[in-house]
Amino acid sequence: MDASTALGARKAPGRSLHRFANPGRFLRLAALVQPWLTWPALVITAAGLLGGLFLSPADYQQGDTVRIMYIHVPCAWLASQGYAALAAASFVSIVWRHPLADLAAREIGPVGAVATAVCLATGSLWGKPMWGAWWVWDARLTSVLILFFLYIGHIMVVRAFDSAERGFRAGAILALIGAVDLPIIKYSVNWWNSLHQPASITLTGAPTIAGSLLWPLALSTLGITLGFWAVVTANLRSAVMERRIGGLLMAQAERT
Amino acid sequence: MTHLPYILASYGIFAVAAVVVAIMASLRLGSTTRRLRALDNRKTGP
Repeated sequence: MDASTALGARKAPGRSLHRFANPGRFLRLAALVQPWLTWPALVITAAGLLGGLFLSPADYQQGDTVRIMYIHVPCAWLASQGYAALAAASFVSIVWRHPLADLAAREIGPVGAVATAVCLATGSLWGKPMWGAWWVWDARLTSVLILFFLYIGHIMVVRAFDSAERGFRAGAILALIGAVDLPIIKYSVNWWNSLHQPASITLTGAPTIAGSLLWPLALSTLGITLGFWAVVTANLRSAVMERRIGGLLMAQAERT
Repeated sequence: MTHLPYILASYGIFAVAAVVVAIMASLRLGSTTRRLRALDNRKTGP
């Protein structure tokens, strides 16, 4: 194998990723995917939340307050999932200088921050009747609050520089450093004494939640997750088109 | 239903957040699509 072949082989992962950085190809693919995210998100979320409100039973200890879980849990899951995606996009941006990854990280930030804010607000609304307090400086609650500040920090940093490239680099570094908060959120209820209950659904064991409460939770989680990615996809399509508009206007200005 | 105000507030916050985020994304997508189409037409026009 000669040197150029070896170099080509080493570049292969980057090259295959750059195939999707082609704006035209991305826009065509995203336009196809968009309705498959949006419409199922609406139908499944409505089914999950209506089921959670009217069909699932009240919990024997929490009473009807358990119905807040059908919003709180999907938002908590999306807060972490969104930040993991933001950190992954930032990694791709730093390693491969993938232009689409920069835009993806920028567009995930605000939607993730909204999911985290709803998670914190609904958690607080659940905490008041159940714990007797709107807020406690518990490890789980505090680590999610830090995640919210990380989202806000990322949103501000990527927009803080005159040069978009420098903003993306600084945002990517912040996102990767902030990713350390994700395992802390996940394991905070195991590592420390916490008021927050441990996970009811794990990959390794059977769920510790009754089936009559589980199905609306599964539906609302699926629906809200699809909705989250539908909004991110729509915003990313807009961002790609805005970049193309900027390029066209610049070319037009140079011609005249 | 017990603790109804807390439940209504939770669903209300979620509904407002979801509707605002979805409408903003939809308006932005519509506006950029129209602007890009207009520029492309101007570029390929006579």
